[in-house]
Amino acid sequence: MRCAVAVLFPVVLMLVACQREERDTRPQSALGSGEQPTPVTTLEPGGQRPSPTDNKAASFEANAFHLSEGKRLFGWFNCSGCHANGGGGMGPALMDEKWIYGSSMESIHATIRDGRPNGMPSFRDKIPDDQIWELAAFVRSLSGNAPSSAAPSRNDDMMAHPSENRMPNAATLGKSP
Amino acid sequence: MTKRSSAPRKHSPGAIAAMLLVCAPLLTAASESPPAPAISPPAAAAPPDDGQWTMPAKNYASTRYSELAEINEGNVKNLQVAFTFSTGVNKGQEAAPLVVGSTMYIVSPFPNIVYALDLSKPGAPMKWKYEPNPEPAAQGVACCDVVNRGAAFADGRIFFNTLDGHTIALDANTGQPVWNAHVGNINIGETITMAPLVVKGKVLVGNSGGEMGVRGWVKALDAGDGHVVWTAYNTGPDKEVLIGPDFKPHYDMDKGKDLGVTTWPPEAWKIGGGNMWGWISYDPDLNLIFHGTGNPGPWNPDLRPGDNKWTSGIFARDPDTGAAKWFYQWTPHDLHDYDGINEQILLDMNWQGKPRKVLVRPERNGYLYVLDRTTGEVLSAKPYGPVNSSKGVDLKTGRLIENPDKLTGTGKVVRDICPTASGLKDWQPSAFSPNTGLLYIPHNNLCMDEEGVEVNYIAGTPYVGMNVRMIAGPGGNRGAFTAWDIAAEKPAWSLKENFPVWSGAVVTAGDVVFYGTMEGWFKAVSAKTGDLLWQFKTSSGIIGQPITYRGPDGHQYVAILSGVGGWAGAIVSGDLDPRDATAALGFVNAMKDLKNATTAGGTLYVFRLP
Ligand code: HEC
Repeated sequence: MRCAVAVLFPVVLMLVACQREERDTRPQSALGSGEQPTPVTTLEPGGQRPSPTDNKAASFEANAFHLSEGKRLFGWFNCSGCHANGGGGMGPALMDEKWIYGSSMESIHATIRDGRPNGMPSFRDKIPDDQIWELAAFVRSLSGNAPSSAAPSRNDDMMAHPSENRMPNAATLGKSP
Repeated sequence: MTKRSSAPRKHSPGAIAAMLLVCAPLLTAASESPPAPAISPPAAAAPPDDGQWTMPAKNYASTRYSELAEINEGNVKNLQVAFTFSTGVNKGQEAAPLVVGSTMYIVSPFPNIVYALDLSKPGAPMKWKYEPNPEPAAQGVACCDVVNRGAAFADGRIFFNTLDGHTIALDANTGQPVWNAHVGNINIGETITMAPLVVKGKVLVGNSGGEMGVRGWVKALDAGDGHVVWTAYNTGPDKEVLIGPDFKPHYDMDKGKDLGVTTWPPEAWKIGGGNMWGWISYDPDLNLIFHGTGNPGPWNPDLRPGDNKWTSGIFARDPDTGAAKWFYQWTPHDLHDYDGINEQILLDMNWQGKPRKVLVRPERNGYLYVLDRTTGEVLSAKPYGPVNSSKGVDLKTGRLIENPDKLTGTGKVVRDICPTASGLKDWQPSAFSPNTGLLYIPHNNLCMDEEGVEVNYIAGTPYVGMNVRMIAGPGGNRGAFTAWDIAAEKPAWSLKENFPVWSGAVVTAGDVVFYGTMEGWFKAVSAKTGDLLWQFKTSSGIIGQPITYRGPDGHQYVAILSGVGGWAGAIVSGDLDPRDATAALGFVNAMKDLKNATTAGGTLYVFRLP
């Protein structure tokens, strides 16, 4: 037994040592990894590079069916439990002009799928990808970032705020044109 | 009051001599000490004041009464700031500072930093600080801001809880951790916000998560090494609730086998709430601890027909084993999020001519309960503010009489329900003075509309199923500070406040009561009349617990943490959007203007006379 350990030990040590010395000489591009394609900052040394766009974003964003599905799912997956009807609670407000992790469809999609460190759960494997896009489109409509022709036009429940197609764009709210 | 006898007239010398003999012991007793007050905490639960403040409630009877009298009704107007200290965290500051010897201890909201300040040196410099580095994700599952209600001191150690479910013991001198027990799991939505209570070498801790479908419990951890001595669940089979042969509830509604299972739809008790995030009191003579239980989950009552034992009630338990002795349910089958976790003040008094050991509870559902704490019998339940969700308490059956007009359920909007989900009073603890016999209650005056909606249980996410929208209650003042005459069962006086009074109270032998407002005023009022004697505007809204202590220089000090937040102040501390009436579970609708009255903060203020 002692002997086996004596033989095994250097082997294990060598294996660990190999891993330590392993280097990736051509690391994958941070943006091209596919898993997290969306930068969470606008600070990019040397100037902003164009963020990758996902063609799903465009097709979901202005579509009335997807937006109304997003509204339903927002209650269904308990988003409303933490974000209320956009005004926030356990999670931040989603109807204002402040974004911690970016307001693009891609950023919001990443937020929902992967979660965020200060308490936004990751819904990866819980919500199918297309439904995450629907949710992202609806989240944008809360701050007036969806075409009013497509945004949901009614609340089935107790009035929390005017329906999404009447939400002013939060970024310009209260500012003179 | 102190004069017990007047000289007898026209008696024979013999009779006078005999009377003097009889009266002599009485006379000496009267001249040595003032007469015992008509209502007072049991001595074992409220020992003579040593000028320290070692637990948030001051003592096991939870009186929040200090015998210090240097600051009194006459001179309180001269109070000045002695020193201030920033906690470095701009979230709701609900904690009570502690003072042990010449050191003050404070716990910040998440990330739950503990500071020790040296009171013996000018400016109270920091002695040490301890950063537990709780899991940041815990912030997402804390229902109502990331508050902490304070630490407890015992046997040279500081015990406190972290938002991500740890109970930690620190060496009070050095700040070095002695043990760290992981008792809560954020991935099922469990957090800890309550202040622990140390009883007989055990640290009593309970979980939060009533809005996340978390099953409530109370645990006793060994103060020496942190191992779990017992766990009592507040739902489920008797065995897990620690209901055994000693359990003798007073009312029939609380009698039966495994009611924690049978008063729920199948399996619903497993995600049924009943959390213990509030206060615990302890009676050493009876060897009983008393703790409430939180609301059942989800809020939408249609999803849980039945009485939902043992939620929204109160347990008396043996601190050694956790065994339940009695239970009383304030709000069976709760319809409005009436958690039952408020403070319980232990007092001895004559009730209708008979001496009784009572427990006084200003309850969330709006009633001021006086219970016999040996049995759980309700002696009195009178509303201490506007209540329309129920029509009183049936003292024969013990049952709350629901108002059929205010029953909530799926798909219907019920309007103007008073009090709100946050109760006529929430966690903010009251104070009792044996000098006046009055209980000083900081509270809310709010009403609400509610609509039950469907909800899916997804572990670690909210399980509420209710849209809520709150508004100011009758009169338009959203808060009040009421002095309640316990013996007379009615208010002695009440002060209106614009915002909910979300701070605790403290009362002193100088007949001064301190509390804070959400605008940031720290106020001193007369314990007898409620007259405003002094006020100081702090940097942020106050939702903390004032304390008073004797400093190393022998003088009396008063301390309070300022920093708005909590459920009521989440609109400011969480920067919520007032255009959504349902934000912060509906509280934002009643607090739309708070952002114009105060900003977030986190500062300790300590006051003294010049
Ligand atoms: C358990 C509570 C909780 C649930 C459930 C939840 N969120 Fe969040 N959410 C948070 C918290 C907390 C944050 C802030 C995270 C941070 O700052 O790191 C957040 C952040 C976000 C953000 C980023 C906001 C910004 O300013 O960048 C979006 C978008 C969002 N959530 C959408 C959703 C959607 C859609 C759902 C439902 C699928 C959802 N959330 C469910 C708690 C929650």
